[in-house]
Amino acid sequence: MTAMLPIPAVDPVLDTESWWWEPLAIVGLKVLVVFVIGLVGTMFMVWFERKIVAGMQNRIGPDKAGPFGLLQTLADGIKLFFKEDLIPERSDRFVFKLAPFLAFVPAFLIWSVIPLGGDFSDGRDGTVEWFGQITRVQLADPPVGVLLVLALSSIAVYGVMLAGWSSGSKYPLLGSVRASAQMISYEAALGLSLATVLMAAGTLSTSGIVVAQDRLTDWHLLSTGVVPFVVFLIAMTAELNRPPFDLVEAEQEIVGGFHTEYSSIRFALFFLAEFMNVISMSALLVTLFLGGPQPLLIGSFDLFAVLGPFGGTAWLLLKVFLFLYVYVWFRATLPRLRYDQLMDLGWKVLIPVALGWFLLLAALQLGRDNDLSQVSYVALVILCLIVLGLGYLLFTAAISVARRNRDREGAAY
Amino acid sequence: MELIVFVLASAMVLSGAIGVVLFKNPVHAALGLVLTLFGVAVHFVSMEAHFLAAVQVIVYAGAIVVLFLFVIMLLGVDRAEDLSIEPLKLQRPAAIVLGAGVTVLVAGAVVRGADTLGSESSAAAPGDSNIRALARSLYSDHVLAFELTSVLLIVAVAGTVVLTRRLKKSEG
Repeated sequence: MTAMLPIPAVDPVLDTESWWWEPLAIVGLKVLVVFVIGLVGTMFMVWFERKIVAGMQNRIGPDKAGPFGLLQTLADGIKLFFKEDLIPERSDRFVFKLAPFLAFVPAFLIWSVIPLGGDFSDGRDGTVEWFGQITRVQLADPPVGVLLVLALSSIAVYGVMLAGWSSGSKYPLLGSVRASAQMISYEAALGLSLATVLMAAGTLSTSGIVVAQDRLTDWHLLSTGVVPFVVFLIAMTAELNRPPFDLVEAEQEIVGGFHTEYSSIRFALFFLAEFMNVISMSALLVTLFLGGPQPLLIGSFDLFAVLGPFGGTAWLLLKVFLFLYVYVWFRATLPRLRYDQLMDLGWKVLIPVALGWFLLLAALQLGRDNDLSQVSYVALVILCLIVLGLGYLLFTAAISVARRNRDREGAAY
Repeated sequence: MELIVFVLASAMVLSGAIGVVLFKNPVHAALGLVLTLFGVAVHFVSMEAHFLAAVQVIVYAGAIVVLFLFVIMLLGVDRAEDLSIEPLKLQRPAAIVLGAGVTVLVAGAVVRGADTLGSESSAAAPGDSNIRALARSLYSDHVLAFELTSVLLIVAVAGTVVLTRRLKKSEG
């Protein structure tokens, strides 16, 4: 064999010189497992949400199909498959058929870069050995890791946008314009809070980010201050169009939003994509801020030590589960935001806070890298706070001036 | 393997580009543009420029074409337009001349630079060293151009806001 093909180093298993069935079988198996976990997880999530919301509203919820109603989602899915597939007469047929896939595929692909387990203890890099091959418990570990997730979530905008436009009717169009404006606005806050994590970890790769969170104090939730985590959680909820940010499908105003005209399996794809996104973005949040498969040690006691090599996966599932519950809780308790409140929160609160915090952490990182003495480090912190304070004053002044101008002109909003 | 990827990605780029020109519906043309941008991203990945590929998708496909689509949808020009009416008489001949000129220039540059590029490859560089090198040159050698670009963008945003506010006043 002469020149080896330059396969991107996304998986150590592909770096071997001898290409035989084992690496391919491992990669194929991982693809299958990730796909099945995604689908089963989504099925479970739909049931979980209905059950928890029912509990919070003092109802029983699904309880007929299977034990505890667990198979309800499966029954609904089969029902949706056999329903008539309607395509509106005034729709753009090709784009109408394309849009559900554009929503669904990115939701799945995010799973491919999430580390699902592996041995990260004591600074190990999470590789495991299967059948004599070294690999990761993660479908792919591209060098751009987290950027891939951002790219995918920006592709997901197309699904919503084109679905609304191609339906050829006004409510879906209104819903999709709302949705894309919302997703684009909150992507900025999302990216800025993510940048603080990338700066703290010093890498873009998701497994590298997990490795960087070795001890509890290194978890980015704590090491970046709690602010980026909160911003990320809110921006992510808005990005997913979940309540209280579900103006996209505000049924009192615009019927069902962008998927009003969709029926049968095409609607099911949008539905699946939404729940899939909830799970995969929760997994991303856990990876970025809570150490992914890293165990939460109490002293040196690991709760899932009995599971051996699957302990990391158990920890990941537990943490993801926590956030899934938080999402359902949001939905059950918070009223929907008004459109101007939504935009105010995104542009006037989240983006400035995320940006200011990012600048502060960048200055601190610079001080640490240059080995400043104690005194000059404190001086640096004070200087940063003064600059940020001035920025805040300017910002509030600008807002109040804008508000006064708007009142004077009598602009209608 | 490399050849297969190259052929497939080039087919994506070319069919997308032809689609942009030939589709009657502006939304379909914009989707053709997305296909082209994706093809270019695949080319970047096959040349180990992962960061450029990601940025290509995030910025061009994720932001710029979405804005195109926004404008198309909000202005309601998403119908096939009558192409026989010509607002500027000279634009077609001028476009042909300019297009031919650009083609000749690019072809000339590729032919002349063919042997200088052959040996350059970053494929041996492991992991994210590519991204680090890019960041270093962006924030050290080219920091002035980088900052000027951001100033330009801010000026553009502020200018847009000022212009739209003026319009509102004159109407009311």
